[in-house]
Amino acid sequence: MVGYIGSRLLQAIPVLLVVGFIAFALFAYVGDPVSILLPQDHTEAQRLQLVKDLGLDQPFFVQYAHFLWLSLHGNFGISYRLAQPVAGLIAERLPATLELAVTASVLAFAIGVPMGVYTGIHRNTLLSRLFMTISLTGVSLPTFLLGILLILIFSVWLGWLPSFGRGTVVQLGHWWSTGFVTASGLKSLILPAITLGLFQMTLIMRLVRAEMLEVLRTDYIKFARARGLTNRAIHFGHALKNTLVPVITIIGLQFGGIVAFSLVTETVFQWPGMGLLLVQSVTSADIPVMSAYLMLIALVFVVINLVVDLLYYAIDPRLRVRRR
Amino acid sequence: MIARVWDSDLFYSFRHAPSAVIAALIALVLAAGALFAPWLAPHNPMDVASLSLLDSFKPPIGMPDADWSNILGTDNQGRDVLSAIMYGMRISLVVGLLSVLFAIVVGVALGLIAGYAGGIADSMLMRVADIQLTFPSILTALLIDGVITAALPHDMRDSLQIYVIIFAIGISLWPNFARTIRGSTLVERNKDYVMAARVIGVPRWRIMLSHVLPNVIGPVLVIGTLGLGLAVIAEATLSFLGVGLPPTQPSLGTLIRFGDDYLFSGQWWVTVFPGLALILLVLAINLLGDWLRDALNPKLR
Repeated sequence: MVGYIGSRLLQAIPVLLVVGFIAFALFAYVGDPVSILLPQDHTEAQRLQLVKDLGLDQPFFVQYAHFLWLSLHGNFGISYRLAQPVAGLIAERLPATLELAVTASVLAFAIGVPMGVYTGIHRNTLLSRLFMTISLTGVSLPTFLLGILLILIFSVWLGWLPSFGRGTVVQLGHWWSTGFVTASGLKSLILPAITLGLFQMTLIMRLVRAEMLEVLRTDYIKFARARGLTNRAIHFGHALKNTLVPVITIIGLQFGGIVAFSLVTETVFQWPGMGLLLVQSVTSADIPVMSAYLMLIALVFVVINLVVDLLYYAIDPRLRVRRR
Repeated sequence: MIARVWDSDLFYSFRHAPSAVIAALIALVLAAGALFAPWLAPHNPMDVASLSLLDSFKPPIGMPDADWSNILGTDNQGRDVLSAIMYGMRISLVVGLLSVLFAIVVGVALGLIAGYAGGIADSMLMRVADIQLTFPSILTALLIDGVITAALPHDMRDSLQIYVIIFAIGISLWPNFARTIRGSTLVERNKDYVMAARVIGVPRWRIMLSHVLPNVIGPVLVIGTLGLGLAVIAEATLSFLGVGLPPTQPSLGTLIRFGDDYLFSGQWWVTVFPGLALILLVLAINLLGDWLRDALNPKLR
């Protein structure tokens, strides 16, 4: 077990170093921080002083090591656009993105699994066909367009739900702001969560369906039928349980994708999260924010991959046997 | 020639797949409308002189005050929505096709090298592809786009933007091609004809290009078709986010972004019709891609 975790960690480190290197290269070579930070009427002495202060006169690898050192301590530099520390900007917006991503994932799981089970058991009913059509549309519909159409129907025409922002948020402690506890916060969450979760929902549904079809053909299901178990016990007790291992893996792996993909949803709904920050930074060529986001997302992915691998190890006994 | 095409296996399965026929028809109509937009479109949306603010926000046919010269209505500047869609789809399709072509060239080349050379080149390339595949391609494209744009001088940004977008989307799609090609190359490189070519001293690059490549290129058609759908969506998304094509070259995504501002003042058609055109285009491409995948897969026959 310890060896397994160790080898996974060792594989993660080069990935993070490479991403850190890319982020550093962006930071150091794209755009000219010196000319951005200097006042219009600077002297040559001021310029040299700034180059020295920023450490730009140091050799390449010293700069890289320095950059990594600062990043490890949560110092990602100063945003060109907002002139504030990047770490603070991101920390301020992290809760909004995480709440949206978690809600979307829960929604996708809670709706996708029953739909997948249903279409797996009743293959050719009208309702199954309807679900399959919905899922095909869900895959073809660009996320931002789905968001716009939802806004048009539920905000503009029906006037039921807000179309932008998080509603009223409550500050929990110093670092976390939540929209979960107010009515307007929850109402604001509905449309963005559907927009972000629909693709995941169709993915989960298709996966559960395919796995169910596969499992229902196996011998132990036939044996369970021969034993005279009820359909309910067979479908949920025997079949569904065995389909959930790959589903949980996919959901775990997709969570990073949801966090990253939320940038589109956040722009449509003006959701004050990390994704919106990134898009605004790209529009204004704000390199420090972009490189910090890149490193953060890479870290999120590496951590999620690690957790999923460990979950897999815990759930699937065959992996343990093969290791020995 | 026509008879041969008509009787071929592929065309037989095409004739017997109604969804594929309908999708092909829709794709053909949309592509023709886009390709011949300068001749078919009722107005020229690029011609600023012909625009009149008096014509702004005319509703589409079926609503009061509509007229037949602007079937789908007009936008805030009096631009005909139908014509804007036709010109916009032209740009969307061109960018989509060129991005996929770029992704194919890069992906096939690197896939061949990885599969044929093996060793360090193989593990490095595939490691990069694996890492990239875990990220959503839109994030990759957005970051590449942002970085290159930041590196370009201000006055060149608008004119070079279209190439930046093609490069960014192409790079975000290459692993799909590279992995498939690598897989088939690994199988092919151990076959007798490759051995024979090696024995008689054919140079490596020629073995790769004229012996292995023709035998592994097949699946590229399917991945390419599905990739075109992804590329069109990616371009529309980037343009919607405001980091795609400049407003002087409005694609479908740009049109949707402009129309989005007028959703609350009641002019829904400015954004909904370009949106529907985009959905129709992507759906037709995806249906064709799905059909191709099934038709070319011998296991499913």
